[in-house]
Amino acid sequence: MKLGTSALRLIAMAGVASLALTACGGEDSGGGGDVSEVSIGVMGDFTGENSGIVLPIKNAVQLAIDNYNATSPETKIVLKEYDSQAKPEQATALAKKAIKEDKIVGLVGPAFSGESAQVGPVLEEAGIPSVSASATNAALAENGWKYWHRVIADDDVQGAGLGAFITTGLAAKKVFVVDDKSTYGQPLGATVKASSESGGASTQTDSIDIKASDYSSTVNKVKAFAPDAIFFAGYYAQGGKLLKQLREAGVTGKFLSADGSLDPGLAKGAGTKNADGALIGCPCLIDPEGTAGDASKTFAEAYKAKFNASTAIYSAEAYDAATVFINAIKAGKVTPEDINTWIATADFAGVSKQIKFQENGEIAADDVYIYKVTGETLPLLGNAKTVKDE
Amino acid sequence: MLDNFLNQFWPSTVDGLALGSIYALIALGYTMVYGVLRLINFAHSEIFMIGTFTSLAVVGAFGFSEIGGIALVGVVLLLALAGGLASGASAVALEYLAYRPLRKRGAGRLAALISAIGASLFLQQLFARVLIPWWFDVPQEKGALPVQGHFVVREDVFAIGDFVVRNDKLIIFLAAILMMVALDQFVTRTKLGRGIRATAQDPETSVLMGVNIDRIVTATFAIGGAMAGAAAALYFMRFEETNYFVGFLLGIKAFTAAVLGGIGNLRGALVGGLTLGLIEMYGSAFFGSEWKDVVAFSVLVLVLMFRPTGILGESLQQARV
Repeated sequence: MKLGTSALRLIAMAGVASLALTACGGEDSGGGGDVSEVSIGVMGDFTGENSGIVLPIKNAVQLAIDNYNATSPETKIVLKEYDSQAKPEQATALAKKAIKEDKIVGLVGPAFSGESAQVGPVLEEAGIPSVSASATNAALAENGWKYWHRVIADDDVQGAGLGAFITTGLAAKKVFVVDDKSTYGQPLGATVKASSESGGASTQTDSIDIKASDYSSTVNKVKAFAPDAIFFAGYYAQGGKLLKQLREAGVTGKFLSADGSLDPGLAKGAGTKNADGALIGCPCLIDPEGTAGDASKTFAEAYKAKFNASTAIYSAEAYDAATVFINAIKAGKVTPEDINTWIATADFAGVSKQIKFQENGEIAADDVYIYKVTGETLPLLGNAKTVKDE
Repeated sequence: MLDNFLNQFWPSTVDGLALGSIYALIALGYTMVYGVLRLINFAHSEIFMIGTFTSLAVVGAFGFSEIGGIALVGVVLLLALAGGLASGASAVALEYLAYRPLRKRGAGRLAALISAIGASLFLQQLFARVLIPWWFDVPQEKGALPVQGHFVVREDVFAIGDFVVRNDKLIIFLAAILMMVALDQFVTRTKLGRGIRATAQDPETSVLMGVNIDRIVTATFAIGGAMAGAAAALYFMRFEETNYFVGFLLGIKAFTAAVLGGIGNLRGALVGGLTLGLIEMYGSAFFGSEWKDVVAFSVLVLVLMFRPTGILGESLQQARV
């Protein structure tokens, strides 16, 4: 979602990073057999300005590993923390340290797409498997990396899932798609439009200028079309304004948006009266009440007990990412190479979804969750595949 | 395309006039300062921004909520008064600090232009990094997020078919017309207005005739700023939110409106503002909102090709009754 950087820059810098690395090639962190202790890393922004959405990741990984160690297993796991502050250069340096000094056998993270793009080649070179809980940029899977994985669906999958939800779950016949012309919003809007159309709905589209505040031309278009559902592909600051102006003009169709708008700021901008009932999709599972299932409930309670805080964005995914490594080690795999081979065959029920990877490291499951704006909160409504909004 | 345009013709007209009215009121500040000093006051958009924050503060201080009907007119009047005072005072202070020292030392217009851009950036960052975080008690990096104050109840005043007029849009349009007429009368009929026109026409001769130029310049900034403050109040009533760069795009549009109508010309600001608002809305209805600016600026270029001085062409000094 919002944290990807421009692709070109990434490719250029990734190239530099991999050049720098040829000197310190892959090191094997010891043979198999009886190993009493291995190190797993977790990387992300723990102290920078986006730490609010990354700390739940670190907590969830901590929880998973502490629980595992408490069972006094044959091979204990030591958790190493790498605070990248979401700065790609810092992340690259930390990744090298993790590989050379700490000899990690696996990494949960990096948290964001930008740092992932640059740490990816480093890990690839050293042959260290990674599982990210939160990097959703679709292009990450196109690098041909063999050691890279993520347990969250990308932006394309999200768009397709939401389009399907609009035409089946909401049974909308007329869908109006508004995008914000950003690198995040434009492709997302196009995917939702395409999948709504293949679901049998007629569509119309318009774009807004994120710098402007008067969206009345868009509002007039929506009003003339009288859609059952309006999908906004963009961030909450503009989403709130658009929703407000739509409702004030008397547009009554269902308002939907995606993870860029999954923020209380949407309701603040629109006014709670206007925002009530808006549906926001996200490939992430945020379920502090544990309503999504037994696994989610157990996780939410354990998390609350340990950290005295509710589960938050990406915590369930991070728990699943850590569980991938734990399960591999349980299966007696203690070298990076063995773990990576095991991950390719992994297939188990995680908290957020079924954990099974495609060949390119992308998660196989395409679950998208729907959240319903209620006041200034965003409680979980359910999985987009099954949920209906009455 | 034509279908869309016809469907949305009346709503677009209403929205275009409401938007254009705000453009026109901001354009006044550009046009007056240009007329008197031949300076494009780029920091005028921040003067407008200060007005929106004043409105936000007043709405918060009085705890206005769910205001509709005739009470809304009263509240807007109060906001416009407060905004006009704050913005007018800021504009005078801006002139005193950023332009006057340059003028006194005989610096060229280019130096003043750079000073204007600098003042504009300074004010934006002052709000984004210092004032907003302090005022709303948010961390510095959140200073860029919009802040809201919801208080308006929107009601349809009357409707003839598709031509639906809502209370807020009607107030904006009427207020803008009223203020323009008042300002026009002020400039043509009062002594101070005569001074402004004289200075615009020939600063040196007007000094010889006993006009105090500094006073005239101060008055010009005060009036232009006050109009921007009133526009900010109307804007805030319409959108109920603001941020530190709220003036940027509106400022560019208002400046465009001023050029379209004929810069330096008060009535031109009104004509230019309303024309630009309507073109934007019609253009969006016809081609889609992403083409709004392309259509608007194409029209601007066309107009300037045939009328290089704008639609009304004449300038402040020639405005006569």
